[in-house]
Amino acid sequence: MTRKIDDTTRYERLLERYRNGDLDRRSFLGLIGAAGVAYGLQTPFAKYAHAQDVSQIRFDGWGGVVSEAFREYAFDPYTEKTGIEVVDGTFSGGDEYLAQVRASQPGEYNIAHLSGVFDYARYKNFDLTTQLNLDNIPNFELVMDRLVEPYRAITPDALSAVPYNYGTTGLAYNRAYISDEEMKEKGARSLIDPAYEGKIGGWSDWRTRIWYGALATDQDPNDIQDMEAVWDAIRQHRDLALKYWGSGAELMSLLAEEEIYVTEGWSGRIAALQEQGHDIGYYDPPNGFGWQECLFVIKGSPVAACEELLNFMLAPETSIAVAEGQNYPPALDGTKVDLGDKIPTLPAYDPTGTLSGLTFADPEYWNGNEAEWSKEFSRVQRGY
Amino acid sequence: MSVEAREARQPWILLSPALTAVTFLLFVPLLFIVVYSFWLSSATGADIPAFSFENWEEALTDPFYRDILLNTLKIAGITTIVCALMGYPAAYFIARARGNKAFLLLLLILPFWISYIIRTMSWINILGVSGAVNWLLVNLGLTEEPIQMLYNETTVILGLVHFLLPFMVLNVFVSLDGIDTNLEDAATSLGATKWQAFLQVTLPLSLPGLAAGGLLCFVLGAGTYITPMVLGGPRDAMFANLVYEAIITQLNWPLGSALSLMLLIVLGALVLIYNRYLGMAQLVKGLG
Repeated sequence: MTRKIDDTTRYERLLERYRNGDLDRRSFLGLIGAAGVAYGLQTPFAKYAHAQDVSQIRFDGWGGVVSEAFREYAFDPYTEKTGIEVVDGTFSGGDEYLAQVRASQPGEYNIAHLSGVFDYARYKNFDLTTQLNLDNIPNFELVMDRLVEPYRAITPDALSAVPYNYGTTGLAYNRAYISDEEMKEKGARSLIDPAYEGKIGGWSDWRTRIWYGALATDQDPNDIQDMEAVWDAIRQHRDLALKYWGSGAELMSLLAEEEIYVTEGWSGRIAALQEQGHDIGYYDPPNGFGWQECLFVIKGSPVAACEELLNFMLAPETSIAVAEGQNYPPALDGTKVDLGDKIPTLPAYDPTGTLSGLTFADPEYWNGNEAEWSKEFSRVQRGY
Repeated sequence: MSVEAREARQPWILLSPALTAVTFLLFVPLLFIVVYSFWLSSATGADIPAFSFENWEEALTDPFYRDILLNTLKIAGITTIVCALMGYPAAYFIARARGNKAFLLLLLILPFWISYIIRTMSWINILGVSGAVNWLLVNLGLTEEPIQMLYNETTVILGLVHFLLPFMVLNVFVSLDGIDTNLEDAATSLGATKWQAFLQVTLPLSLPGLAAGGLLCFVLGAGTYITPMVLGGPRDAMFANLVYEAIITQLNWPLGSALSLMLLIVLGALVLIYNRYLGMAQLVKGLG
């Protein structure tokens, strides 16, 4: 019986021959050098060979309870079924992640749990989309049409992602200090209420700051007429705020530790805080920030294996379990699938499957202003 | 090949692995950043290859960047002074300790075993509204309500001092440890008080170490962005945060490249000035 030997064994045998005096130094170093050159030459082409034999897929998401839910309900069962390992990483924001993907080699990042339709459009602009064969994802039929439409508008020929869940960025407040009635009365203005100076928080994301600046000045976030008024509202918020938070974990910590009493927050994270017993209220004001998240397959990924994972993740039992774990309603249409008892109680849940009660950001409008607004926000944040 | 030629070639052969690493891991990426700084960025964030001075013009003429740069230098300066004031006595104590120097040095470098971010975040548990200090103050009856101590420029400086103090202590220690204690004895035997001996003998001889520690603290402090993110308020930012935002948030790599080179040039100039007057030998000793 012959046994295949690995590179380490080859090296050890070579080293042994050299130490025994069977090989002179020149030959030993020459062979080591030749091996290095050979490895260097084959590396750029090795990925094509590796692509035929997918042993792992990289998945990047938001971390925290969301990642834990994916790991428990989706990745481990998928690995058990297919033998393909899912390596999961986390990011604190879509911007940071896009920068990483841009700097990476094709195939290094595979599937990402991206936010909103913004990212889908941005990834298309950077030529990072792939083409999914929906025939390989039968569970895609169960997804709400309303969530698919925005993606089809951006890439009419083929999708590069499947919608996975949706939620809102509403107002979160500590009920010990702010009543439900007060919050309903003040709405987005509670974020610029001098009565809570030093106890106000906010996400450092420029889109959210501008969205809530528009709401505080009674404007339509998808059609802002008086941008200067919005910047002034952001300045007021900045001066009254204790801290801009940068991640879901930080949001939960600031509210739970009572460092802040009011902030905007992600519906699922606030539901998680409520489950932990914290008396934190959540209110979606009129025109509150609705968003959806998708599972995006990045260009250069092993598409067939990714499609298989997506289909597995969209299966009702997986999708519902993940949704219950992360507290965001799934993209599955409640009129087609029985979503169980918990999901209808989650913030932002829409039983009609039309999502008519939520306001989503117009990606064309927001992405068109991104360069100018993100830069201006950096200045406003610093006192300008 | 002659013996002379072989001897002349040998240092280069021995240096070649390090030179290759430095070339490919430092100079080539730096060259990419230089090239990027002359490119342009489209409205969608896509890079446009060009040879334009637009980013440099913006970085050098916009008062926003100038003000944040000056504020960064101010914060780094204050941090360095605090590190020097706190670090010198500690280094002096370790250098003059009898028998347990190794143990004290081990204690000094112990925090390096914990992630910098975790060390920075630990201040939230110490100074937060429900942190250890507030718990103590409230339970001792010194205050009725917890005091808001976090998320301002002071806590940013505190976090930086926490991070950089060991660098200062190590450098000063190396300098003090090399001073012959007989010199102080000689000074006191000639009539100087201990304080005078310290001021006129020990302190001047240890200044190179203090300067090396100061340079390290200043350069590392001025280049940080994590501490203001974790411990700063909405307005608190250092220049590296602007680089981070330009590259990560705004996806404007060309402008981010110009800003990062601007910071590199300012800090590089400080290192050159230091090298001109004090030389790098002390710094290398301190790092060693």
